[in-house]
Amino acid sequence: MEFVDYYSVLGVPKNASEDDIKKAYRKLARKYHPDVNPNDKDAQRKFQQINEANEVLSDPEKRKKYDQYGKDWKHADQFEQARRQQGQAQAGGGGFGGFGGGGFEGFTYSSDDEGGFSDFFESLFGARRGSRRQAAFRGQDFNAELEVPLKDAYLTHKQTLTVNGKNVRITIPAGVENGQKIRLKGYGGPGVNGGPAGDLYITFIVPNESGLQREGNDLYRTEDLDLYTAVLGGDKTIDTLGGKVKLKIAPETQNGSKVRLKGKGFPVYKKEGQFGDLYITWNIKLPSGLSVREKQLFEELSKISKNR
Amino acid sequence: MKKQELITIETFCQYHSIEVSFVRALAESGLIEVTRMGRKTFISFDELPRVEKFMRLHYDLDINVQGLETIDHLLDTVESLQRELLQLRNRVRNV
Repeated sequence: MEFVDYYSVLGVPKNASEDDIKKAYRKLARKYHPDVNPNDKDAQRKFQQINEANEVLSDPEKRKKYDQYGKDWKHADQFEQARRQQGQAQAGGGGFGGFGGGGFEGFTYSSDDEGGFSDFFESLFGARRGSRRQAAFRGQDFNAELEVPLKDAYLTHKQTLTVNGKNVRITIPAGVENGQKIRLKGYGGPGVNGGPAGDLYITFIVPNESGLQREGNDLYRTEDLDLYTAVLGGDKTIDTLGGKVKLKIAPETQNGSKVRLKGKGFPVYKKEGQFGDLYITWNIKLPSGLSVREKQLFEELSKISKNR
Repeated sequence: MKKQELITIETFCQYHSIEVSFVRALAESGLIEVTRMGRKTFISFDELPRVEKFMRLHYDLDINVQGLETIDHLLDTVESLQRELLQLRNRVRNV
């Protein structure tokens, strides 16, 4: 267990007034509030530290106790004795009030950890459950991973997943990205003392075994093309995620040349009807196992070519 | 057509113990969309997370509606940058 310097967490001196503390807290809370830092676990942790510091320093009674024992933290024996005494006081129905009893209300966010406050806080002020007055706390956030193969991610579809024994049916919008995270509000752990449930964060894993390379909304694929079609032109039907597409091949198409199929790429996330492009790179296959006649014709072609 | 589920702003405000004028101000600024039917104003269920987010920012952090507009714009920018970053990371992984 580590000593937590609440004054340095809020960036205020030891003799800061209640108003200074309130101002410092507000300033930091604005910076690290989870609503302005979506999906940022570091900000969420920092926000909890700020809340914890404010919980103590904005309450004159708690602050007094913290100043008394907190600064002597290194004298473990003394502190332990103080802690035991406090434990006895709590068993007798005393102890400190719950959270939210300060000058102004704290927030109700918690992280993935059990509870939102440090061991240090609980040692000094008692565990939340032992408190006489208990405030509502938001439930634990859950994290889950969901595998959505690229071909499935091409279409908006519904999927049911089981999180902590509960079935959750979600709609996965077309165009979801590998590693993308979504939040399902209220699908996390249940709240404490009537607090709101936590959230469920789902990270999409989009394995790609389609033979297509995905870069954002654009798709890339290398397609084989026979020599004769490449030289003389023609057409070729290729598979795309949206179905088969017949392509016109221009005469004298070069090996490694690219064509762009506008709108045949991946759907743009949450933008219905919008798609990226599909780029096809031609890989021209030379014939093998030539017959005598074919070889003669190539030799003839070679001669003509040299005499040009 | 998808059936839209609606809640009156009065019910919403009563539930959260907040002023109706705040939700009206959000709607007037264009931060949220509301539906008017006769003399009643409704919020769609899909819009509730947004309204609740603005409500938390306003009441927790004392941010006024102008500030919320700025935050909303910046959060959109952050989201689009995060998405671009993710796409670039995936591209690097594929190289």
